[in-house]
Amino acid sequence: MPAVEVKDLDKNYGSFKGVKGISFEVEDREVFGLIGPNGAGKTTTLRVIATLLEISGGSVNVFGHDLAKEPHEVRKILSYLPEDAGAYKNLTGRDYLRFIANFFASGQAAKDIVARGIEIAALGNRIDDKVNTYSKGMTRRLLVGRALMTNPRLAILDELTSGLDVVNAQEIRKIVKDIARNGTTVLLSSHNMLEVEYMCDRIALINDGVIVEMGTPAGLKKKYDACNIEDVFMRVIT
Amino acid sequence: MKALTNIIRKEIKEMLTKSTILPIIVLAILFGYLGNMMSGVQEEATSESIIGVVDLDDGVLSDITMDVLSRGAKIVYNGTDIDEGLAVAKQEGATALLVIPSNFTENISNETAGTIQIFWIMKGAGLLDSISSISVQNLISSVELGISAYMIETGSSSDPSLVLDPTTTTDTTLFKDKEMDGISPSTLDAIISSQSLTVPLIIMMIIMMAGGTVISSMGMEKESKTLETLLTLPVKRSSIVTGKLVASAIIGLLMAGIYMLGFNYYMTSFSAGVDIDLAEYGLALNTLDYVLIGVSLFVSLLAALSLCMVLGTFTRDYKSAQTLTGPVAILAMIPMFITMFKDYNTLPLAAQVLLFAIPFTHPMMAMRSLMFDDYILVISGIVYVTIFAVVMIAIAVWIFRTDRLLTGSRKRDISKSPIMRLLKR
Ligand SMILES: Nc1ncnc2c1ncn2[C@@H]1O[C@H](COP(=O)(O)OP(=O)(O)OP(=O)(O)O)[C@@H](O)[C@H]1O
Ligand SMILES: [Mg+2]
Repeated sequence: MPAVEVKDLDKNYGSFKGVKGISFEVEDREVFGLIGPNGAGKTTTLRVIATLLEISGGSVNVFGHDLAKEPHEVRKILSYLPEDAGAYKNLTGRDYLRFIANFFASGQAAKDIVARGIEIAALGNRIDDKVNTYSKGMTRRLLVGRALMTNPRLAILDELTSGLDVVNAQEIRKIVKDIARNGTTVLLSSHNMLEVEYMCDRIALINDGVIVEMGTPAGLKKKYDACNIEDVFMRVIT
Repeated sequence: MKALTNIIRKEIKEMLTKSTILPIIVLAILFGYLGNMMSGVQEEATSESIIGVVDLDDGVLSDITMDVLSRGAKIVYNGTDIDEGLAVAKQEGATALLVIPSNFTENISNETAGTIQIFWIMKGAGLLDSISSISVQNLISSVELGISAYMIETGSSSDPSLVLDPTTTTDTTLFKDKEMDGISPSTLDAIISSQSLTVPLIIMMIIMMAGGTVISSMGMEKESKTLETLLTLPVKRSSIVTGKLVASAIIGLLMAGIYMLGFNYYMTSFSAGVDIDLAEYGLALNTLDYVLIGVSLFVSLLAALSLCMVLGTFTRDYKSAQTLTGPVAILAMIPMFITMFKDYNTLPLAAQVLLFAIPFTHPMMAMRSLMFDDYILVISGIVYVTIFAVVMIAIAVWIFRTDRLLTGSRKRDISKSPIMRLLKR
């Protein structure tokens, strides 16, 4: 059973078509990347799978659960990191993680989840400061910690490392690779082709709401006779 | 259940901060301080009033009247010329000039009430200025008692109602050289002292505080971009809605409570002088009445909160949330002012319909309606408001189930897409 099965997915915003009939599958424990120019439909696709947007056409299955029929079941096993998100600003980082953890477990199990989140966020003693005192990167780390601490079966990460410096970004990438090895399926989007090449088992290239290319990084490089994914991207899009 | 309490706790932590609670405490203290000042004024007023008296009668009863007055007040003018009396009274800062007409004793002896003419000298038009009139009115009551006692002693009248109520007053209020006949400052006082002022005010306060909190909560979710995360969590949409409603109700009641602590102090300083025993007039409320008032208040708060929740889904950020609170405040203020000064039953039909339709009206009127045993109005109000609240909650939950919260209105999408297309070219 594939982790994610997207079939002929349409998403309309009013009369505007954000995504036009895309299909792909993500295997269990795979790291799958969506790349494409701005406004291509990456976030739209990820938000649909994350149960946030209603499906206009086609279907999505997550670990055998039909998204349209059982969104609540899907929410129990997935974790979504929005491309541009924040945390409750009057809460401390720790309180925020606790708030989220309480939806997934209680007692000692919830405490363990929070501890994991704190470890991933790696904010030191700033974790007990209010979120509105955090820098952009610190907030992002907190949110990454939040998204990964629950050991989700499926992690949907929209522009995982946006706003992070080189050191922090690399650390986060390692953490994500780690959790993927430990049984989490990862679906991510990125504008950083190095990141995509480093992390993803397979890639789909979206343009204007449709998938125009899909394959392993090595396979795509070979097909377009390119030395990196950035070249592949340029050749496919232009 | 656990998810619900989790959300409530988070909402309270997020919405109830120093910066939201501090201005309210400051205002409450200000009210309390104001109340303190008022009761100072009141004490002054009840201790001894300053009056002038024009005695045109030289009968026995006017002598008794003068005797009682001189014991209860400082008399700054005692003569027979009204104009002169007014001039002196004004100059000496008197509250009123009492005129005992020449036929005072004669009238009462002939079994008709004697009239005392009162010229009220008002120094200002504020509510405060009516306070000192209470002590003069008390003085007149003492005069009546004195006259009654005399009449009983001498057996001079066979009409018991006259014996109990031997005098009437005609009031003229002098304010900034204007004469207002037939109005005494205490007419205002009756309004102030009754609950008809406090109850609607408290309810308006609760609705504004709690409603504002719901809308702000939605605004903050959108502004700090936390909504998306919240909506991907394994929690029922109805729990999110309920959690926000309950938390806002708690915060709203708390804030209104703090306000009222200060305000109560301010109000009691007004009503201290007039202690009306409602039971005496058969207006007291029983347990059922209080239960009905409680239910009316509860469903009305629920209606207000769920209405605000629906409004809140339209916010984009904290600032637009503040603007959206405005209509709710107006909606709460209309019934507040109308119920304060007018009786529902005497309103024109259109106004009655409008008031009935505003869900916040009902708890504001409930107490007065129940005093006069108007159960139909109260119960139909409760039914209507309950339906209103249920519909609103259903709409709110429905909005949370769709993706409207995240995608915004359809109109914006259409205006947005051509721009995006242009940009892509
Ligand atoms: N709420 C919305 N209302 C209307 N149109 C929308 C909305 N959200 C996205 N769109 C449109 O859908 C299309 C796809 O947007 P999407 O956010 O999925 O792009 P993306 O690939 O994530 O781009 P980026 O790399 O800039 O994040 C765009 O044309 C965008 O204008
Ligand atoms: Mg995007």
